[in-house]
Amino acid sequence: MDDAMVAQPSSTAVDLHGDSSLQVEISDAVSERDKVKFTVQTKSCLPHFAQTEFSVVRQHEEFIWLHDAYVENEEYAGLIIPPAPPRPDFEASREKLQKLGEGDSSITREEFAKMKQELEAEYLAIFKKTVAMHEVFLQRLAAHPTLRRDHNFFVFLEYGQDLSVRGKNRKELLGGFLRNIVKSADEALITGMSGLKEVDDFFEHERTFLLEYHTRIRDACLRADRVMHSHKCLADDYIPISAALSSLGTQEVNQLKTSFLKLAELFERLRKLEGRMASDEDLKLSDMLRYYMRDSQAAKDLLYRRLRALADYENANKALDKARTRNREVRTAESHQQLCCQRFERLSDSAKQELMDFKSRRVSSFRKNLIELAELELKHAKASTLLLRNTLVALKGEP
Amino acid sequence: MAAEREPPPLGDGKPTDFEELEDGEDLFTSTVSTLESSPSSPEPAGLAEDISTNSNGPKPAEVVLDDDREDLFAEATEEVSLDSPEREPILSSEPSPAVTPVTPTTLIAPRIESKSLSAPVIFDRSREEIEEEANGDVFDIEIGVSDPEKVGDGMNAYMAYRVTTKTSLSMFSKSEFSVKRRFSDFLGLHSKLASKYLHVGYIVPPAPEKSIVGMTKVKVGKEDSSSTEFVEKRRAALERYLQRTVKHPTLLQDPDLRQFLESSELPRAVNTQALSGAGILRMVNKAADAVNKMTIKMNESDAWFEEKQQQFENLDQQLRKLHASVEALVCHRKELSANTAAFAKSAAMLGNSEDHTALSRALSQLAEVEEKIDQLHQEQAFADFYMFSELLSDYIRLIAAVKGVFDHRMKCWQKWEDAQITLLKKRETEAKMMVANKPDKIQQAKNEIREEIEEWEAKVQQGERDFEQISKTIRKEVGRFEKERVKDFKTVIIKYLESLVQTQQQLIKYWEAFLPEAKAIA
Repeated sequence: MDDAMVAQPSSTAVDLHGDSSLQVEISDAVSERDKVKFTVQTKSCLPHFAQTEFSVVRQHEEFIWLHDAYVENEEYAGLIIPPAPPRPDFEASREKLQKLGEGDSSITREEFAKMKQELEAEYLAIFKKTVAMHEVFLQRLAAHPTLRRDHNFFVFLEYGQDLSVRGKNRKELLGGFLRNIVKSADEALITGMSGLKEVDDFFEHERTFLLEYHTRIRDACLRADRVMHSHKCLADDYIPISAALSSLGTQEVNQLKTSFLKLAELFERLRKLEGRMASDEDLKLSDMLRYYMRDSQAAKDLLYRRLRALADYENANKALDKARTRNREVRTAESHQQLCCQRFERLSDSAKQELMDFKSRRVSSFRKNLIELAELELKHAKASTLLLRNTLVALKGEP
Repeated sequence: MAAEREPPPLGDGKPTDFEELEDGEDLFTSTVSTLESSPSSPEPAGLAEDISTNSNGPKPAEVVLDDDREDLFAEATEEVSLDSPEREPILSSEPSPAVTPVTPTTLIAPRIESKSLSAPVIFDRSREEIEEEANGDVFDIEIGVSDPEKVGDGMNAYMAYRVTTKTSLSMFSKSEFSVKRRFSDFLGLHSKLASKYLHVGYIVPPAPEKSIVGMTKVKVGKEDSSSTEFVEKRRAALERYLQRTVKHPTLLQDPDLRQFLESSELPRAVNTQALSGAGILRMVNKAADAVNKMTIKMNESDAWFEEKQQQFENLDQQLRKLHASVEALVCHRKELSANTAAFAKSAAMLGNSEDHTALSRALSQLAEVEEKIDQLHQEQAFADFYMFSELLSDYIRLIAAVKGVFDHRMKCWQKWEDAQITLLKKRETEAKMMVANKPDKIQQAKNEIREEIEEWEAKVQQGERDFEQISKTIRKEVGRFEKERVKDFKTVIIKYLESLVQTQQQLIKYWEAFLPEAKAIA
């Protein structure tokens, strides 16, 4: 296993359009007690930056701050804001390692070593994933023609000092809470309960589609997680089986000795294969589904914003009519209505583009991952078959 | 349980698979061919003498006749006529009177044909082995248990299983036949066999365990998958039980077994309702343990027994550990199967929602693949269970039977030991009487004590013979058992691995079919 701490660029969601004027990657990451420190490295020839190559150290909260800054910015209302990376969560893994350490005296030293190895690999995998998620977030921003020009983004990438947003943790939680309230209002809008009339077929279709899609992909993601988890349990089961076969083999009568020992070896190797299969399924299937679950939520958020703009526009129309009948403050009402109209149209246009991009991004990402998944499954199945066949030959050849 | 000792019936024509797997001790050279020439063989009396010189140790190759003959004649209380007609099958589980011998030739005729026969005198071990290899699976009897059928209703209902026998052995009247049996019939068979053979050192395969919960569900008529699984598990266990029992050369000769396989009507085994064969075994073991704890530790003059007991103890522990781990595997594989099925459904739903046509189709294909994989996992879980897990649990119970047999030997030794002690006491009493000076009354007492001494002398002799016999039998049995075990394990391991290969190959098929679909996403 190479580069323990450096994440490979994720192939999950970024479609970089070959534009290399701004390249961002997470070149290093360190996991400390309860936080992860990411080294964000930027390579750019753009004039904004003082140097062509530079890096800073950022923590998760600073990514969230950046994400929220985009969301709150009216200028980007018509864009799909790349979903924020999830919080690094090593709790479960750490607990398991601790439990193992506390010791179960019934397991042998080899078993213990193997289980420890497994858990450490798991920890490492989680770590790699969190790095990848943070990186993808930045890379999508860097690839987007509009988003990449954001001032906060530059600050995030370049500013050497810490951004002092750590206190935001509480605000983040609170913010999340408020956001949810707003969201249920949005849900009402988007599900048509508020009586708002959708004028555009394209958006009508997108609305229906996204609502259903998001629910179903969330479901699929959860279930894929469970499959992956079962698979992992299965692989772990091979550890005690292999150990028991090994000790049987050493004690057994000659005729069965080699059989048991070979079987023990087989199960050890199968364990590694099954483990790899589980983690491949995790990366190619679960993670992909999870990413698009978040991305489809971001798309939904865009639709909410557009519908809110539509609602505003309709209200402005009504106000204008009222003003005209009363013949009071007509000009204010007119200009207000104009603004709403423009905003709404601006949002609709950019939203249309964004949603089409979302679709093509989604399709190409699924394609890539499904192909890779199938190829990996085949690779592992063939390796298992070979392993099993070799063992069978050896066993049958025994007197 | 037999209250008195009964020798096993003669003429089981055991092939010479007495084979020490570890040490080279050769207790006896016994062959089937010897039996064939039995009609002209020496009289039993001569044998009886031979036996009394046996020690509990290796026997030089001068023993001409097969130990089975020795078995019989050691206990013979009546003149043995080798031409006597086939005796009546033992039908009840009560102890029967002294056994009348069965004409050996008829029982073992088929087997004899396949062997080279010459006036056998002394066979060395390698010859034995060669003949044995040539025999291979000469038993030529196949048992199948199938077609579970519910009979009756409510709490009186029971499952009837079809027991089919295919054989070329002449002791059966037909070459292919089947009967209907219920679970308690199997238990009844086991209890009869156990009562006849366990205490003389034969490893009688234990019957499958009773399960009140499982059976109640079936009786009540729950048609769900768990009760079908239960019935299938039981059917397979009953089949394995019978197959193991008929593989045992001595048990195969038993008339109760034959009746079980052949006769259309079987008397209801009533004493199995409360106790199953396994339950009785457990009781025996517990009683034996209790006795052993109370008695002085046996002076083991033969290290072989101690070694073997330790080995079986270790094996037992290891198998239990392995069994527990395999059970976890089965459980997780079933979970994997269920989760895969759930995922398949959600993938199908996602495919339906997807508005890009090619991707939608690919997702539906993925859903189908996952559904097929779920089936695969289920089948593999069955293989995990029926091949691997059940093999282990069968052997855990078999080893309990082996341990029981060792315990019986200890009990046998104890009896002998007690007889010796009593004899000693009687002799002391006699000696005391000799020195005392009371002429008139004493004569009667002297006669009495003389009689008692003679009685106990005979008992001591009997005890010694019994002990030697059981030790001999156990050695043979353990040899046979180990051989069977090795074969069993090897066969099952290979079968199991082949099932794993099958699964992987299917996986390859499914993913290979899917790959072009994924690539077709435009």
